[in-house]
Amino acid sequence: MNDMANSIRTGPDDRGHFGIFGGRYVAETLMPLILDLEQQYENAKNDPAFHAEIETLNTHYTGRPSPLYFAERLTEELGGAKIYFKRDELNHTGSHKINNCLGQILLAKRMGKTRIIAETGAGQHGVATATVCARFGLPCVVYMGATDVERQKPNVFRMKLLGAEIVPVTAGAGTLKDAMNEALRDWVTNVEDTYYLIGTAAGPHPYPEMVRDFQSVIGKELREQMMEAEGRLPDALVAAVGGGSNAIGLFHPFLDDADVRIYGVEAGGRGLSGEEHCASLTAGKPGVLHGNRTYLLQDDDGQIFEGHSISAGLDYPGIGPEHSWLKEIGRVEYVPVMDDEALDAFQMLTRVEGIIPALEPAHALAHVVKLAPQMDKDQILVMNLCGRGDKDVFAVGQMLGFDI
Amino acid sequence: MTETRIDRRFKACADAGRPALVTFITAGDPDLETSQAVLNALPEAGADVIELGMPFSDPMAEGIPIQLGNQRALAAGHTMDKTLQMVRRFREQDNDTPIILMGYYNPIYVRDPEKFVKIARDAGVDGFIIVDIPAEADDELCIPALEAGLNFIRLATPTTDDKRLPAVLANTSGFVYYVSVTGITGANIADTGQVTQAVNRIKSHTDLPVAVGFGVKTADQAAVIGKDADGVVVGSVLVNAIRDSLDEAGKATRQDRQCGFGRCPGSGFRLRKSPFELNRVV
Repeated sequence: MNDMANSIRTGPDDRGHFGIFGGRYVAETLMPLILDLEQQYENAKNDPAFHAEIETLNTHYTGRPSPLYFAERLTEELGGAKIYFKRDELNHTGSHKINNCLGQILLAKRMGKTRIIAETGAGQHGVATATVCARFGLPCVVYMGATDVERQKPNVFRMKLLGAEIVPVTAGAGTLKDAMNEALRDWVTNVEDTYYLIGTAAGPHPYPEMVRDFQSVIGKELREQMMEAEGRLPDALVAAVGGGSNAIGLFHPFLDDADVRIYGVEAGGRGLSGEEHCASLTAGKPGVLHGNRTYLLQDDDGQIFEGHSISAGLDYPGIGPEHSWLKEIGRVEYVPVMDDEALDAFQMLTRVEGIIPALEPAHALAHVVKLAPQMDKDQILVMNLCGRGDKDVFAVGQMLGFDI
Repeated sequence: MTETRIDRRFKACADAGRPALVTFITAGDPDLETSQAVLNALPEAGADVIELGMPFSDPMAEGIPIQLGNQRALAAGHTMDKTLQMVRRFREQDNDTPIILMGYYNPIYVRDPEKFVKIARDAGVDGFIIVDIPAEADDELCIPALEAGLNFIRLATPTTDDKRLPAVLANTSGFVYYVSVTGITGANIADTGQVTQAVNRIKSHTDLPVAVGFGVKTADQAAVIGKDADGVVVGSVLVNAIRDSLDEAGKATRQDRQCGFGRCPGSGFRLRKSPFELNRVV
């Protein structure tokens, strides 16, 4: 580890900035609450009892640590670097989202909030939020774009079973951005009793920092597991980025390890030439939305595009602010992967390793397929397998022409 | 800073012993031509101060009426250049009624705030209300606006307590916009008594005029709030009136709908002429 002066792991600053990115761009009604949240999170961070409670829940409720799995057959098939998966798809609720939800609901309880709201795209964060709300006995309202409600039906039903109220949002294209707008409208209306449980490492400070901290359990575990398995750190890390929570959780503990190459994989949708993609870092420019300054897909007049991805979880025209900063300083390389490449990777992993991934990590996998053969056989690559594909089976079936 | 159009207008209303009527419309709603006609007709219809909404794809603080107004404007191809053009044209006929650009930060941010405030000033804009820039980020747009001689009007809300209020008021000028509810535009005001209390609380911290908005729907409400407040903001009701004037093709041709806001007699809140007659003017 480098000393603190040279570390790039110390952000954000006290105004919530990572370089020029991040910050707190919210309505005045929310400002007092955001400042209170920041204070309460500081207190919680310094409270050993808070950490102990998260750790107990991680172990006995989520099933952490998630395994580090050597994908032997895939490694052989691609003929390059040794490929490992950090298997966060085996977590309770089927994705990395639970890591963040447990941390935040404990914070909400500390703050005395009695009602939880959340936005969701693929439904993974909605399911994880509904799960922790059931576990802690709090009412839960989930805002979900009407388009996403349609293409993620299994998760919609899961949330209902868990006791959550689902509010389909018809504004705009009915995807994650619109769900987040509507959740913000709810929050500003019910600011006294309601906690907004944001699912990704974006939004006003302190959310990007807080979500990153709760997700960093992924990268911290990986360091230990990799030392045990190989006696050294990996050469490359790969993760999918929508808002970027699983990716920052994997990357952050390794940012100061200059020899570890880091790749974030964006949804290239149907190609970067038009508007039908979600590659904010590759094809967007800095702007202000949803409480933070970050790279956004937008036109010259500052109007935000809807974006498109085959994967509802990546269907967001922005990105967490720390990723924007990591791009600017060149620490992380962000690359786009197209819909059809992700779909191919989805099927490949299923057949070669017997693991059905979610469409989100299938994007990361498509980059692994390109990257691994370019690396030496004694090099090590780790991909975050951040979600399982059960929720996508019906949608993929349709795309492949199966009548399910 | 020297006296602005906004300062002069609030002073004139106070001298006349009445609160200012602050009206909001979304620029370009439902189309440029209609919106320009509505804007030009507002002073004659009773508007003392005009808030001109800058359409945005993600109007997070708006209720359904103004969300739809934003969508109509953008669908008709509205841009920031056209908003500024509307202000220039308005100034050809009216050099006294203040115009405040209201909206969200991103469409300004992408144009470079320091340059934009000067272009806006030269077009005839008098101030800004930007929902998603808190006082903590005053250096980005508020200070450049003040340096360009424009007012920056900050929102104070029911959650802005006495401890926070001084920070919110520090760089505010022109007037203070009190948001009557925790919520979005077009919400319902539950208790006008609480609003009055809040207005007086803010007045104990500042000499600036205080205008109240978000959820003022009737002339009766306006009259009650206007007893203590220096201005009353009407937005969603006007935007709904524009909506109701639209035919199937989205053109403002219908004349069969009327809104009661301006016709409440004896309220003490004087509207010289119903703004809703605008639909017929158009």
